[in-house]
Amino acid sequence: MMNLESIPIQAFLIVSSALFCIGIWGLLNSRNAVRVLMSIELMLNAVNINLMTFSSYIDNNLIQGQVFTIFVITVAAAEAAVGLAILLSLYRNRVTVDMESFNLLKW
Amino acid sequence: MSIAITTQFICFIVLSLIVLIGAVGVVLLESIVYSAFLLGGVFMSVAGLYLLLNASFVAAAQVLVYVGAVNVLIIFAIMLVNKKEDLKPINDIKSRRIISTSICLTLLSLLIRVDLTNVWSLSNPQNSIREESTIRIGEHLFSDYLLPFEVASVLLLMAMIGAIVLARRDVMSKDISTGLPVDQELIEKSPEPLLTNKN
Repeated sequence: MMNLESIPIQAFLIVSSALFCIGIWGLLNSRNAVRVLMSIELMLNAVNINLMTFSSYIDNNLIQGQVFTIFVITVAAAEAAVGLAILLSLYRNRVTVDMESFNLLKW
Repeated sequence: MSIAITTQFICFIVLSLIVLIGAVGVVLLESIVYSAFLLGGVFMSVAGLYLLLNASFVAAAQVLVYVGAVNVLIIFAIMLVNKKEDLKPINDIKSRRIISTSICLTLLSLLIRVDLTNVWSLSNPQNSIREESTIRIGEHLFSDYLLPFEVASVLLLMAMIGAIVLARRDVMSKDISTGLPVDQELIEKSPEPLLTNKN
């Protein structure tokens, strides 16, 4: 292992895949709406690790992946702000953060 | 990165373990406050991974935006909505767990298979711009990514206005749907919520 000259790209990709799947699991199984938002942030971070890895290993001169990561961070910040505002508004109307009770749009 | 490869390996392994164990903790821990603080730890470790990938600017942005803004926002949201409540039991919870876990494991195995079997066309590490990445990002943002950059600023403005509109209490004196006078206090109100009858 020590004769490598850098960390293999696969290591970063596997970490990001595992983080993404943990995020999906949390998104599907959480009953607290705040935890759902945290799972979304985990998934966005997994995507960011992926972009940064490719930018560093495959495009290490132009590093367009890093620019993409900055845009993803921007969108994630906006998403967190609006998501938590929606959550507060929901909590005011239904007095719960249980995802199972948010069924207004269910047919 | 100019540090020795052994050090890089040790840093990578420690940071990935923190990221993965922390993420599992975020998802599984009973207390949502612990989850939020663990999430901060995960964000910091992801910033460390960025440093290993020669991206000091994005690592700093990650710490500033995620740990400094998003995580604090989440902790504030938890403080505002953290009420002990007994969740209603779901009757088919076990089958849901089994289905979602199998979906996640299938996706994970597919992703790992792609990661390991694909032949990545790695570029020459000699071409790497290393610590110059901040300069290069600035060049990108003000030349070929100028339009997305400006659109992102509009997006942030819209998100700010939207969040304010959504999160503030009604300043109208009467509720539109019920016609009752609106409670203007800042503390949590106890009277009947609008939409709880449709459970």
